[in-house]
Amino acid sequence: MMAEEKKKKAAMVVLSGDMDKLFAAFIIANGAAAVNMEVTMFFTFWGLRALKKNVATGKSLFGRMVGLMYGGDITKANPSKFGFFGLGRWMFNKMMKSKNVVSLLEMRQLAIDLGVKMYGCQMSMDVMEISREDMIDEVTDCVGAGFFIEQAQQADFTMFI
Amino acid sequence: MAKEKAKSKQEASEKTEKTAGKVDLELDLRGLMCPLPMVRVSQNINKVPVGGVIRAVATDPGSLADIPSWARTTGNEVLKTERDGKDIIFLVKRVK
Repeated sequence: MMAEEKKKKAAMVVLSGDMDKLFAAFIIANGAAAVNMEVTMFFTFWGLRALKKNVATGKSLFGRMVGLMYGGDITKANPSKFGFFGLGRWMFNKMMKSKNVVSLLEMRQLAIDLGVKMYGCQMSMDVMEISREDMIDEVTDCVGAGFFIEQAQQADFTMFI
Repeated sequence: MAKEKAKSKQEASEKTEKTAGKVDLELDLRGLMCPLPMVRVSQNINKVPVGGVIRAVATDPGSLADIPSWARTTGNEVLKTERDGKDIIFLVKRVK
Protein backbone atom coordinates (compact mmCIF):
# COMPACT_ATOMS: atom_id res chain seq x y z
CA MET A 1 0.00 0.00 0.00
CA MET A 2 1.24 3.43 -0.89
CA ALA A 3 1.94 5.89 1.87
CA GLU A 4 -0.40 8.86 2.20
CA GLU A 5 0.42 10.85 -0.93
CA LYS A 6 0.56 14.58 -1.06
CA LYS A 7 -2.74 16.08 -2.15
CA LYS A 8 -2.90 17.54 -5.63
CA LYS A 9 -3.79 21.21 -5.82
CA ALA A 10 -6.03 23.41 -7.92
CA ALA A 11 -5.94 27.20 -7.95
CA MET A 12 -8.63 29.38 -9.48
CA VAL A 13 -9.01 33.10 -10.05
CA VAL A 14 -12.66 34.12 -10.15
CA LEU A 15 -12.90 37.57 -11.69
CA SER A 16 -16.48 37.30 -12.92
CA GLY A 17 -19.57 37.88 -10.83
CA ASP A 18 -21.86 36.50 -13.55
CA MET A 19 -24.19 33.73 -12.54
CA ASP A 20 -23.11 31.36 -15.33
CA LYS A 21 -19.41 31.84 -14.68
CA LEU A 22 -19.83 31.45 -10.93
CA PHE A 23 -21.67 28.19 -11.60
CA ALA A 24 -18.74 26.99 -13.70
CA ALA A 25 -16.26 28.03 -11.03
CA PHE A 26 -18.08 26.30 -8.16
CA ILE A 27 -18.87 23.13 -10.13
CA ILE A 28 -15.22 22.73 -11.07
CA ALA A 29 -14.07 23.57 -7.55
CA ASN A 30 -16.47 21.01 -6.05
CA GLY A 31 -15.44 18.44 -8.63
CA ALA A 32 -11.78 18.96 -7.83
CA ALA A 33 -12.48 18.75 -4.10
CA ALA A 34 -14.38 15.51 -4.71
CA VAL A 35 -11.33 13.91 -6.30
CA ASN A 36 -9.41 14.83 -3.17
CA MET A 37 -7.67 17.95 -4.43
CA GLU A 38 -6.85 20.94 -2.28
CA VAL A 39 -8.73 23.81 -3.92
CA THR A 40 -7.98 27.51 -3.62
CA MET A 41 -10.39 30.04 -5.08
CA PHE A 42 -9.24 33.64 -5.30
CA PHE A 43 -12.15 36.03 -5.83
CA THR A 44 -11.34 39.38 -7.29
CA PHE A 45 -13.28 42.43 -8.51
CA TRP A 46 -16.74 41.38 -9.77
CA GLY A 47 -16.12 37.92 -8.39
CA LEU A 48 -16.29 39.32 -4.85
CA ARG A 49 -20.06 39.11 -5.19
CA ALA A 50 -19.73 35.39 -4.55
CA LEU A 51 -18.44 36.10 -1.04
CA LYS A 52 -20.54 39.11 -0.13
CA LYS A 53 -23.40 39.25 2.31
CA ASN A 54 -26.59 40.93 1.19
CA VAL A 55 -25.63 44.29 2.69
CA ALA A 56 -25.11 47.83 1.42
CA THR A 57 -21.41 48.55 0.90
CA GLY A 58 -19.28 51.63 0.30
CA LYS A 59 -18.27 54.74 2.20
CA SER A 60 -17.46 57.40 -0.38
CA LEU A 61 -19.94 58.63 -2.99
CA PHE A 62 -18.52 56.39 -5.71
CA GLY A 63 -18.15 53.49 -3.31
CA ARG A 64 -21.79 53.74 -2.31
CA MET A 65 -22.76 54.05 -5.96
CA VAL A 66 -20.93 50.81 -6.76
CA GLY A 67 -22.62 49.21 -3.76
CA LEU A 68 -25.99 50.40 -4.99
CA MET A 69 -25.58 49.40 -8.63
CA TYR A 70 -23.71 46.21 -7.96
CA GLY A 71 -25.29 45.36 -4.64
CA GLY A 72 -26.51 42.09 -3.26
CA ASP A 73 -25.02 38.72 -2.56
CA ILE A 74 -24.41 35.62 -4.66
CA THR A 75 -28.15 35.10 -5.20
CA LYS A 76 -28.28 38.41 -7.12
CA ALA A 77 -25.77 37.30 -9.76
CA ASN A 78 -27.14 37.78 -13.28
CA PRO A 79 -26.26 35.59 -16.25
CA SER A 80 -23.69 37.08 -18.67
CA LYS A 81 -26.24 36.80 -21.46
CA PHE A 82 -30.03 37.27 -21.22
CA GLY A 83 -29.65 39.54 -18.21
CA PHE A 84 -32.79 41.60 -18.88
CA PHE A 85 -32.50 43.34 -15.50
CA GLY A 86 -33.02 40.24 -13.40
CA LEU A 87 -35.52 38.50 -15.66
CA GLY A 88 -32.83 36.21 -17.06
CA ARG A 89 -31.70 35.25 -13.59
CA TRP A 90 -35.27 34.38 -12.63
CA MET A 91 -35.73 32.35 -15.81
CA PHE A 92 -32.49 30.40 -15.48
CA ASN A 93 -33.13 29.75 -11.79
CA LYS A 94 -36.53 28.33 -12.71
CA MET A 95 -35.08 26.22 -15.53
CA MET A 96 -32.30 24.88 -13.35
CA LYS A 97 -34.62 24.12 -10.49
CA SER A 98 -36.86 22.10 -12.80
CA LYS A 99 -33.77 20.12 -13.85
CA ASN A 100 -32.78 19.63 -10.21
CA VAL A 101 -29.54 21.60 -10.51
CA VAL A 102 -28.73 23.07 -7.09
CA SER A 103 -28.57 26.85 -6.68
CA LEU A 104 -25.39 28.93 -6.56
CA LEU A 105 -25.91 29.40 -2.83
CA GLU A 106 -26.03 25.63 -2.31
CA MET A 107 -23.00 25.18 -4.59
CA ARG A 108 -21.05 27.61 -2.42
CA GLN A 109 -22.16 25.85 0.74
CA LEU A 110 -21.09 22.52 -0.74
CA ALA A 111 -17.68 24.02 -1.52
CA ILE A 112 -17.40 25.19 2.09
CA ASP A 113 -18.39 21.72 3.34
CA LEU A 114 -15.79 20.09 1.08
CA GLY A 115 -13.07 22.34 2.50
CA VAL A 116 -12.52 24.54 -0.56
CA LYS A 117 -10.55 27.60 0.54
CA MET A 118 -12.00 30.92 -0.56
CA TYR A 119 -9.95 34.09 -0.54
CA GLY A 120 -10.98 37.67 -1.22
CA CYS A 121 -8.69 40.00 -3.14
CA GLN A 122 -7.73 42.69 -0.65
CA MET A 123 -7.02 45.30 -3.31
CA SER A 124 -10.40 44.98 -5.06
CA MET A 125 -12.07 45.07 -1.67
CA ASP A 126 -10.30 48.37 -0.95
CA VAL A 127 -11.17 49.81 -4.35
CA MET A 128 -14.82 48.75 -4.19
CA GLU A 129 -15.01 49.63 -0.49
CA ILE A 130 -16.12 46.19 0.58
CA SER A 131 -14.97 45.38 4.11
CA ARG A 132 -14.26 41.98 5.63
CA GLU A 133 -17.48 42.42 7.65
CA ASP A 134 -19.44 42.72 4.40
CA MET A 135 -18.35 39.19 3.48
CA ILE A 136 -19.44 35.79 4.75
CA ASP A 137 -17.58 34.35 7.75
CA GLU A 138 -16.36 31.33 5.78
CA VAL A 139 -13.93 33.46 3.74
CA THR A 140 -10.54 32.01 4.61
CA ASP A 141 -8.61 35.26 4.33
CA CYS A 142 -8.20 38.44 2.31
CA VAL A 143 -4.94 38.35 0.37
CA GLY A 144 -3.03 39.74 -2.59
CA ALA A 145 -1.56 38.56 -5.87
CA GLY A 146 1.63 37.25 -4.26
CA PHE A 147 -0.32 34.75 -2.24
CA PHE A 148 -2.17 33.57 -5.32
CA ILE A 149 1.05 33.22 -7.33
CA GLU A 150 2.44 30.99 -4.61
CA GLN A 151 -0.69 28.83 -4.68
CA ALA A 152 -0.70 28.76 -8.50
CA GLN A 153 2.95 27.74 -8.59
CA GLN A 154 2.25 24.73 -6.42
CA ALA A 155 -0.98 23.87 -8.23
CA ASP A 156 -1.50 21.01 -10.67
CA PHE A 157 -3.94 23.13 -12.60
CA THR A 158 -4.94 26.78 -12.55
CA MET A 159 -7.97 28.49 -13.97
CA PHE A 160 -9.10 32.01 -14.67
CA ILE A 161 -12.85 32.50 -14.75
CA MET B 1 -38.97 -11.30 -25.95
CA ALA B 2 -39.91 -9.34 -22.86
CA LYS B 3 -39.62 -12.47 -20.77
CA GLU B 4 -36.18 -13.17 -22.15
CA LYS B 5 -35.15 -9.64 -21.35
CA ALA B 6 -36.43 -9.93 -17.80
CA LYS B 7 -34.64 -13.24 -17.45
CA SER B 8 -31.33 -11.88 -18.70
CA LYS B 9 -31.72 -8.93 -16.40
CA GLN B 10 -32.23 -11.26 -13.48
CA GLU B 11 -29.22 -13.27 -14.52
CA ALA B 12 -27.23 -10.09 -14.81
CA SER B 13 -28.14 -8.96 -11.32
CA GLU B 14 -27.34 -12.41 -9.93
CA LYS B 15 -24.01 -12.23 -11.70
CA THR B 16 -23.42 -8.81 -10.15
CA GLU B 17 -24.03 -10.19 -6.72
CA LYS B 18 -21.69 -13.09 -7.34
CA THR B 19 -18.83 -11.04 -8.74
CA ALA B 20 -19.13 -8.07 -6.44
CA GLY B 21 -20.01 -9.83 -3.22
CA LYS B 22 -21.91 -7.89 -0.66
CA VAL B 23 -22.73 -4.21 -0.79
CA ASP B 24 -21.65 -2.21 2.26
CA LEU B 25 -23.52 1.00 1.54
CA GLU B 26 -26.45 1.99 -0.65
CA LEU B 27 -26.60 5.54 -2.01
CA ASP B 28 -29.70 6.96 -3.64
CA LEU B 29 -28.44 9.71 -5.93
CA ARG B 30 -31.53 9.86 -8.12
CA GLY B 31 -32.44 13.36 -9.24
CA LEU B 32 -29.04 14.83 -8.36
CA MET B 33 -27.19 16.65 -11.12
CA CYS B 34 -23.53 17.37 -11.86
CA PRO B 35 -21.32 17.42 -9.84
CA LEU B 36 -23.38 16.05 -6.96
CA PRO B 37 -23.46 12.31 -7.78
CA MET B 38 -19.66 12.24 -7.84
CA VAL B 39 -19.42 14.46 -4.78
CA ARG B 40 -21.75 12.24 -2.78
CA VAL B 41 -19.80 9.10 -3.69
CA SER B 42 -16.64 10.91 -2.67
CA GLN B 43 -18.17 12.01 0.65
CA ASN B 44 -19.28 8.46 1.44
CA ILE B 45 -16.36 6.36 0.26
CA ASN B 46 -14.67 6.52 3.65
CA LYS B 47 -17.78 5.15 5.33
CA VAL B 48 -17.06 1.70 3.88
CA PRO B 49 -13.92 -0.27 4.77
CA VAL B 50 -11.09 -0.71 2.28
CA GLY B 51 -12.32 -3.37 -0.14
CA GLY B 52 -15.91 -2.43 0.65
CA VAL B 53 -18.48 -1.66 -2.01
CA ILE B 54 -20.94 1.20 -2.48
CA ARG B 55 -23.99 0.64 -4.63
CA ALA B 56 -24.98 4.05 -5.98
CA VAL B 57 -28.09 4.68 -8.05
CA ALA B 58 -28.04 7.88 -10.10
CA THR B 59 -30.16 9.32 -12.88
CA ASP B 60 -27.82 12.03 -14.21
CA PRO B 61 -26.43 10.73 -17.55
CA GLY B 62 -23.31 12.84 -16.92
CA SER B 63 -22.46 10.60 -13.99
CA LEU B 64 -21.80 7.76 -16.48
CA ALA B 65 -18.54 9.49 -17.32
CA ASP B 66 -18.00 11.35 -14.04
CA ILE B 67 -18.02 8.51 -11.54
CA PRO B 68 -15.53 6.31 -13.46
CA SER B 69 -13.30 9.40 -13.87
CA TRP B 70 -13.61 10.10 -10.17
CA ALA B 71 -12.59 6.49 -9.47
CA ARG B 72 -9.55 6.70 -11.75
CA THR B 73 -8.37 9.98 -10.23
CA THR B 74 -8.82 8.85 -6.64
CA GLY B 75 -7.48 5.33 -7.17
CA ASN B 76 -10.76 3.55 -6.50
CA GLU B 77 -12.59 1.15 -8.77
CA VAL B 78 -15.96 1.00 -10.50
CA LEU B 79 -16.75 -2.71 -10.56
CA LYS B 80 -19.86 -2.41 -12.62
CA THR B 81 -22.12 0.09 -14.34
CA GLU B 82 -25.66 -0.98 -15.14
CA ARG B 83 -28.62 0.79 -16.62
CA ASP B 84 -32.10 -0.01 -15.47
CA GLY B 85 -34.55 2.26 -17.24
CA LYS B 86 -33.63 5.75 -16.10
CA ASP B 87 -31.51 4.44 -13.25
CA ILE B 88 -27.77 4.11 -13.60
CA ILE B 89 -26.36 1.72 -11.05
CA PHE B 90 -22.72 1.84 -10.04
CA LEU B 91 -20.83 -0.61 -7.89
CA VAL B 92 -17.90 1.31 -6.51
CA LYS B 93 -15.13 -0.41 -4.58
CA ARG B 94 -12.96 1.42 -2.09
CA VAL B 95 -9.41 0.41 -3.00
CA LYS B 96 -7.41 2.47 -0.50
